Amino acid sequence: MTAGVSLIPLIFITIIDYNVTQHSMESEFLLHTSRVVSNTRRAISFFFKERRSSVNFIVYDNDFKRLKEPKRLIEILENLKKGFGGFIDLGVIDSTGRQINYVGPYKLQNKDYSGQKWYEHVVAQNLYISDIFMGYRKVPHLVIAVKHVLPDGAFFVLRATLDIKPFENLLCQLEMCGSGDAFIINQKGILQTPSRYHGKILEKISLEVPVFSAKTEVFEEKDLTGENLIIGYRYIEETPFLLVIVKKKREMIKSWQKTRLQLIAFLVISIILILAVTLNSTTHLVNRIYNADEKRVMAIHQAEYANKMASIGRLASGVAHEINNPLAIINEKAGLISDLFTFKKIYAYDEKLLGLVDSIISSVQRCGRITRRLLNFAKQMDVNIEPVNLEKLIHEVLGFLKKEAEYRSIEVSVKADGLPVFETDRGKLQQIFLNIINNAFAAMNEGGHLDIKAKRENNDHISVMISDDGCGIPQKEIEHIFEPFFSTKTGQGGTGLGLSITYGLVQDLGGNISVTSLGEEGTCSTCFTITLPIQMGSKKGKKA
Amino acid sequence: MRILLVDDEAELVSTLAERLEIRGIKADWVVSGEEALARAGKENYDLAVLDIKIPRINGIRLKKKLQEKNPNMKFIFMTGHASENDFKVCSIEAGPEFYLVKPVDINTIIKKINKALKISGKKL
Repeated sequence: MTAGVSLIPLIFITIIDYNVTQHSMESEFLLHTSRVVSNTRRAISFFFKERRSSVNFIVYDNDFKRLKEPKRLIEILENLKKGFGGFIDLGVIDSTGRQINYVGPYKLQNKDYSGQKWYEHVVAQNLYISDIFMGYRKVPHLVIAVKHVLPDGAFFVLRATLDIKPFENLLCQLEMCGSGDAFIINQKGILQTPSRYHGKILEKISLEVPVFSAKTEVFEEKDLTGENLIIGYRYIEETPFLLVIVKKKREMIKSWQKTRLQLIAFLVISIILILAVTLNSTTHLVNRIYNADEKRVMAIHQAEYANKMASIGRLASGVAHEINNPLAIINEKAGLISDLFTFKKIYAYDEKLLGLVDSIISSVQRCGRITRRLLNFAKQMDVNIEPVNLEKLIHEVLGFLKKEAEYRSIEVSVKADGLPVFETDRGKLQQIFLNIINNAFAAMNEGGHLDIKAKRENNDHISVMISDDGCGIPQKEIEHIFEPFFSTKTGQGGTGLGLSITYGLVQDLGGNISVTSLGEEGTCSTCFTITLPIQMGSKKGKKA
Repeated sequence: MRILLVDDEAELVSTLAERLEIRGIKADWVVSGEEALARAGKENYDLAVLDIKIPRINGIRLKKKLQEKNPNMKFIFMTGHASENDFKVCSIEAGPEFYLVKPVDINTIIKKINKALKISGKKL
């Protein structure tokens, strides 16, 4: 969504820019082609106008009589060649169609042109410019002929033959990029000048002849191979010719391709950058939200747990109180029976009955211990604060269990040096360690390892980690491990109060206790972590 | 040497008195605060073993009233509900060592009685 908001405008703008640039560059190509066609057409048109004017000038400058003189015609031809170039021969044809004077490399004196189409055309139109043709000369050439009417009504025609080399030179001078092609065709599509790609001179071009237009036209078309071509053409006025310039679009848009690649590269890099930044920031935000959620859930869970424990504590306290009074009565009654057997001679001393009474008293004492533990769990015992050396205290506790550890070959390591002497309740702390270490011993097999590591967490807290390589605690049981009467040692003497009392004691000391157990039963270790404040403050008791 | 036992549980307090008597310690017993005050008006008791939670008047208030009658009287408190608050109050009123949680072993009670009387310079 975030990436979309950034990417959509970028892609939209890039597409618009792409289209505008493409359209602009294509327009530029067409315009350029059009300009080249127009300029070239102007040069060719000028070429014909110049030759036609020069021929006209000859007929106006020389009367018919002089033009009939071979010597004069030779002079004129020489002057034309020197002045303009491209003239091959000159001929004067009278009104009967007979060439009465001729100068040039061929034997065309007295040739009769009457009946030929070009002659009829010039007689009718006063001017004739031929297509380029081979004729019997076998050389491409063209003819310009002008009719001149004499004062007596008669007329003659001056016919000049021109070489097409200047034509070709004119087109060759065009700098056509790559595979560009410029040529002249007649209105039937016959090539009048050689083409690079569309045929030899006097062959028909492979393209269609463009429709007549009085101005320069440019259009796009596909050739036989499917190649896109840009074709510019112009009909050259007063001649039968069309100037055609053909360019391959693919080559023309090479510069556009570069721009296009730059645009696409810009777009791709921008998209990658936006995606990377968006992904990165989104991941960061999601992680923060996830962590915050996790902390919130944990806080709720802890609050619920503390609340639950408090409720259970109140319940335990109530139950213990209600049971204590009847227990006290049973205790006193059984005690009295025992006293009677012991002190009054009137009651026969019966060892069996005395044993039974002792058994009742023993059970009552056991119940009493349970109710006291319940009351302890309810945190209703006093806290007695004094300076404690943690390492010493741990060793004291281990002293109680030394025999069992030796008997079961359990290796115990303690690392708690360098810790400050801190204030807490010695008795409760001893009970905490005793409970947890007892618990660990119960979970371990012979030859197990118990590690106790204590360290200073910060200026205010120390932490103690007690880990064993025992049978571990399944994940589903970890959630309930601090609840009263939850025991995995049911039937083995466990009351299920040990860890719940420990939990209450740690809370009493202003600390926290947590447990982690790795993996499946039988393959893992359990680690209890207790965090305690270094300074408990001046208050004697602490109630949750 | 006169001892008064006060507990609303008649079964408990009567049996306790009987057991003490077997051991040669004479003790009267009552099951309410009112009865205890009435007895204290008639007899001069040296020590009272009081349950903290008795109807109408609790053990602490009863102790104060009994003390008004006999300022030298010593007290031992018993409770089935070992609350932190009770412990604090009883510790102030009688001393922390004279606070017992039910069920109480007879020998423990006798030890506490002896200790209390020793403080007041008397013997059983």
